[in-house]
Amino acid sequence: MAEAAELPDRESLQGYQLRVVREVLLALLAGEASHGYQLRARLALALGPLAGALNDGQVYVTLNRLEKAGLVTSERVGQADKPDRRVYELTPAGRHQVTEWLDDTSWPKPAPAEFHLKLVAAAAAGLADPVGIVDRQRRALLGGLGQAQRAALAEPSGSVAAILLEGVVLRLQADLRWLEACARHWNAAKEG
Amino acid sequence: MDGNDSVLSARGLRKDYGSGSGLVHAVRDVSLDLSEGEAVAIVGPSGCGKSTLLYLLGGLERPTAGTLQLAGRRLEQMPEAGLARLRRHALGFVFQAFHLVDELTALENVELPALLAGASPRKARERATALLEQVGLEDRLQHLPSALSGGERQRVAIARALANGPEVVLADEPTGNLDSAATTEVLRLFDRLHNDGQTLVVVTHDERIAATADRLITMRDGAFVDETKLTGGRARSLTEITGLDA
Repeated sequence: MAEAAELPDRESLQGYQLRVVREVLLALLAGEASHGYQLRARLALALGPLAGALNDGQVYVTLNRLEKAGLVTSERVGQADKPDRRVYELTPAGRHQVTEWLDDTSWPKPAPAEFHLKLVAAAAAGLADPVGIVDRQRRALLGGLGQAQRAALAEPSGSVAAILLEGVVLRLQADLRWLEACARHWNAAKEG
Repeated sequence: MDGNDSVLSARGLRKDYGSGSGLVHAVRDVSLDLSEGEAVAIVGPSGCGKSTLLYLLGGLERPTAGTLQLAGRRLEQMPEAGLARLRRHALGFVFQAFHLVDELTALENVELPALLAGASPRKARERATALLEQVGLEDRLQHLPSALSGGERQRVAIARALANGPEVVLADEPTGNLDSAATTEVLRLFDRLHNDGQTLVVVTHDERIAATADRLITMRDGAFVDETKLTGGRARSLTEITGLDA
């Protein structure tokens, strides 16, 4: 756990960030020792059309940092006709971190609280019409839902990435229903 | 815009029910232009008038006031026989409860509109077979509706709606009776129709259908209160939506 604390702050990492890359890499390594290219391919498969979020060098950079933090070790393995490749293996500390991550039931930071407070603040300060803010948010979510839905429909049946996209779709649907409730509330507040 | 280049054009449509103190304004002063190949979703709370509007657009109900033009022809004053003919040739309907004929097989249900429109039995059968293939039901041709799942029944109904190559397909809560997997099947089918250039109007509660339309219209108390163009604008990236970026 002390090792985990020494990991660089996520926010300080450069480039496109995939929040879960660190944890996912550790979990994949808990199954078997692998080299970077294999890990990257497995992540890409799991993410399907979303794999573009994965910056090319990110897997390697993250593995490097994990090694410095003592969560993985690596060994150079020679290959005929090709450059050596580095095979990564989980350390006991890394294994502990994976277990903790898998047991953690907290959900990614939910949008509701911040958005809700934005509406309350906008109304209180008379800065903006909360219903207008809700409408804008609704359009953005609908646009996103349309994209996610189209991406999901384009996946072949049995695709593992389709399950991720279905999750995105269902959550956006839930968010949209909540926005409807927000609109009803702030409309009533305006009329009352 | 006078609606001349629209497939379907409505001006100041109104529909009242009842009279005196029981008078209900189901649809108030609605104007709408549908371009060829456009998919429009109409959403709103129950009782907002969206289904009534769909029935007006499809010539299934006559407006109290306003004008309606489909493929260059005025609908609101057309005699019933002409209207029925126009509905058969130019419109396809999909309903929440499927409305298939229980005694007829899938194939017979789909060929019925072509037969009614005067197609030869052979032509009607060919077309119906092709359409059922298109909706992935080539191995269900001889099944009665009762032997089909909800999703399959709705796909038969969609094939039937396409039987006469309609200008516009009108769908009223097409996924309202379906579970999530069957909804996906229907969504996939609508998506394909849309890509093939079929003009579509869908009344729906389902945000998933609404979000894949080109244009989303929100109704409240019989009137349009919001209109959002969903395609063509700057869209957020999928990674942003998914939370894959920081």
